[in-house]
Amino acid sequence: MNLKKRFRAITRIPLGFATVLKQMFQKPVTVQYPEEKRPMTSRFRGRHNLKRYDDGLEKCIGCALCAAACPADAIWVEAAENTNEVRFSPGERYAKTYEINMLRCIFCGYCEDACPTNAIVLEPIEFPTGYTRESMIYTKSQLLESPPINVAATPQQTPAGKYDRAILPFPPVDSSV
Amino acid sequence: MADLINLTIDGVPVGVPKGTLIVDAAKRIGNDIPVFCYHPKLKPVGMCRMCLVEIGTPKVDPATKQIVKDDKGNVVIAWQPKLNTGCTTPVSEGMAVRTKTPVVIEAREDVLEFLLTSHPLDCPICDKGGECPLQNLTLAHGPGVSRFDYADKQHNDKHVPLGELIFLDRERCIQCSRCVRFQDEIADDHVLQFHDRGRGMEIVTFSDPGFDSYFGGNTTDICPVGALTTADFRFKARPWELKSTPSVCGHCAVGCNTSLNTRTNTSTGTLDIKRVMPRQNEQVNEIWLCDKGRFVHHYTRAAERITRPLIRKDGKLQEATWESALQLISDKLNTVPGLRVAGVIGDRVANEDAWLFKRFLTEIVKTPYVAASPALPAAYADIARASGLGVDADFKQLGKGDVIVVVNGDLEEQAPVWFLRLRQAVVDRGAKLIVAHHRSTKMHRYAHVIARYQPGLAAQWVASNPAELQGLKDARNVVMVFGDDTLGPPNARALASGLAAVLREAGQAGKSNSGLLPLYPHGNTQGVYDVVGAGERAQTADVAWLVGVGDAADAPKAGFTIVSELLMTDLAKSADVVLPALSAAERDGTLTSGDRRVQRFYAALPALGEAKPDWWAAQEIAKRMGANWSFPDAAAVFADMAAHVGPYAGLSYAGLAKIEAQWPPVGRDDLYYGGTVYDNMGGVGARTSPGEGPSDAVAPAEPTMEALTRPQPALYRSGELTRLSDVIGKRLV
Ligand code: SF4
Ligand code: SF4
Ligand code: SF4
Ligand code: SF4
Ligand code: FES
Repeated sequence: MNLKKRFRAITRIPLGFATVLKQMFQKPVTVQYPEEKRPMTSRFRGRHNLKRYDDGLEKCIGCALCAAACPADAIWVEAAENTNEVRFSPGERYAKTYEINMLRCIFCGYCEDACPTNAIVLEPIEFPTGYTRESMIYTKSQLLESPPINVAATPQQTPAGKYDRAILPFPPVDSSV
Repeated sequence: MADLINLTIDGVPVGVPKGTLIVDAAKRIGNDIPVFCYHPKLKPVGMCRMCLVEIGTPKVDPATKQIVKDDKGNVVIAWQPKLNTGCTTPVSEGMAVRTKTPVVIEAREDVLEFLLTSHPLDCPICDKGGECPLQNLTLAHGPGVSRFDYADKQHNDKHVPLGELIFLDRERCIQCSRCVRFQDEIADDHVLQFHDRGRGMEIVTFSDPGFDSYFGGNTTDICPVGALTTADFRFKARPWELKSTPSVCGHCAVGCNTSLNTRTNTSTGTLDIKRVMPRQNEQVNEIWLCDKGRFVHHYTRAAERITRPLIRKDGKLQEATWESALQLISDKLNTVPGLRVAGVIGDRVANEDAWLFKRFLTEIVKTPYVAASPALPAAYADIARASGLGVDADFKQLGKGDVIVVVNGDLEEQAPVWFLRLRQAVVDRGAKLIVAHHRSTKMHRYAHVIARYQPGLAAQWVASNPAELQGLKDARNVVMVFGDDTLGPPNARALASGLAAVLREAGQAGKSNSGLLPLYPHGNTQGVYDVVGAGERAQTADVAWLVGVGDAADAPKAGFTIVSELLMTDLAKSADVVLPALSAAERDGTLTSGDRRVQRFYAALPALGEAKPDWWAAQEIAKRMGANWSFPDAAAVFADMAAHVGPYAGLSYAGLAKIEAQWPPVGRDDLYYGGTVYDNMGGVGARTSPGEGPSDAVAPAEPTMEALTRPQPALYRSGELTRLSDVIGKRLV
């Protein structure tokens, strides 16, 4: 090492001390999670939420496309058939079992992308934690959001013909573009 | 072959037999022309226009009638001005076909755009999604965007039950008529039809009960969309989530090849069969199954299954360990000298079980009393084998010049898929059909000659040298199907030997496509009788061991009864020891079909509880009684059986798993025949040789009341297994 380099190294040491000294008088960035929570951006991909329509029916139609898209194989769906007397979702099919293994999930959001009804959404809500492996398998009742105020939960009894379609029409494609 | 027709498809030359359609010719060289309404097993109708191609033929000079050639000496092709359907146009010499030109591509896009105008596009909840020809072809050939308004779609009923087995979604139907044509052309149950026209066109059923057919499940396989679904599989799972295991149906003598599709059921934590699909084997079931084979699988996971050994204590059957049950049995068999032991082996068990039991009883226990159940086929199983079809017999080659004789059997009720195939030999390929029965059967519809006799007098009829059976000498081949309806053992034997004699006298014996075809009651009757032979039946015994015996009449009266069973049958309820057995879905093994084809099935599910294969129990007790047997698995047992049981000599367990290319290729890489599990990955099996057998004539006897009043054979018999099926249990007779 030549003299010039040695000199530069020596001058850096007090600079380092100065930085540390400065930080000692600043507000710490550490938060006492989980007692204290940091704000998240609105698009943060946290734990999943299964959404409902305004009338309380579940958006999820049990198609298992999320499970097919999931690179971590974290989702398990079993479907069953709706009737007008016992209806969970619009159309014929609903998710009888819907489970996400949060230990497997890598929060990539592919399930959101795959979902034809925007039923599964990764929300900026706290990260799932638990003491046992079993408790990290979130079941449908844990994932499903509560119905809007004054709206009945599922299953509902619905009039015949009102909810024939599982996937509601989206606006027509403008073929001129 | 000499008379090949040569044509070029996209410039690639191909030679195919006369009469081949363009789509099939293209298939031979790996050119997939998309189709919806065409199905290689059905007659073409040209309804969907998906297969439009450019077709040209060599230009002929009208004056000289010579083929015109250009300056370079190439044949000039006269292209047809419009596109034509490749599925209805047979090839002709020198034909040229173009399948990839812009106009063809545009036509495909347009057809798909139109098909999708009234399609609901609800693939996410559609049971066909993932193995749907419409999905596949839309991805491969579709326009990607529609000029029609999505909100303008016509909405129809999505939940129309066509009977209790099949549901119709009217929106999804693309009116290809594959289902209607299957019912008309193959099953000959004309219960489906189109109703109304244009956009209002819908599939209707007009039978009572709805969709009254034994073959309805097949329409859900060949439907190119999810318009037809089964009550059994509706919304049960997505096709890609299912694990597929090759298996063989054991519910009748046909031995259809199946694929068991399984998935975990979270509420019970077990692997369950979600659906049973046909596995292509052109020698056995082509791509068909009857509804019994398709829907009866529920017994494999029924709550009624026996899961642990039971031992009678204080007058009640109580759960016990295998160790104590095996010890109890071996003590029982070991201690008392001169004990009279009788074994009865039911025809629902696999060959491996039958063989190791027989070996155990004859070698270790040294008892002469080993018999099979039901008892009746003992009367004719040896004749049926010795005079059976040749090793290379192929139903598909039966046609003009051949004669099919059905005596005393109801093909549709007793061997449904043979019914389909033999019916086609008669109706489509011109074989002559002679039907003799004391009542009407469905096969009577196609008969050229019908003979009738009094119930129970089938053998007498054959012995009387009837006029209907004359002239068989001139036939190319003669297949004789026979059943034991209303016959007691002497008459069943007399019938079989009488028919065998007719075959011999007509000079038909020994031809590969000629022979007897017995309508056995179950899937392994032939196999069990191959192993057991005529056997010796005991009426009474000190110890009786019943393996898979369904009929209480076959059980000897015994002081101590051991029963190996799946379910708590009446016999099991009165037994002293009950050993839990495994269903064919939970283990490996082989079955021998009525036409002597030995086929392997594979374990699709884990064993229920502590149930074990029957051969394992036989081996464990043999070991406790001093035998030094060590068969680790079914393969080893099969090898032992092949070494000892004549007809199976030379067969290897691995050889039975040999796969042969199947034509037409259905499923697999094909985008348009639908279904993902037709592919035969489990082997096509091998037919055993007829071997030597008795050729003595047996005189018919007087019919007995017992035989005459036996219930008529029916597909949906009130059987234990069928009763447990959620969907066809209701159709039991
Ligand atoms: S976020 Fe990604 S890993 Fe997690 S469940 Fe969804 S698809 Fe699977
Ligand atoms: S969350 Fe969406 S993708 Fe997943 S099963 Fe439900 S509807 Fe289908
Ligand atoms: S139900 Fe299926 S097979 Fe029948 S016509 Fe409609 S699309 Fe074709
Ligand atoms: S025809 Fe016989 S072997 Fe074939 S599926 Fe039906 S019951 Fe099973
Ligand atoms: S018109 Fe040829 S496949 Fe339908």
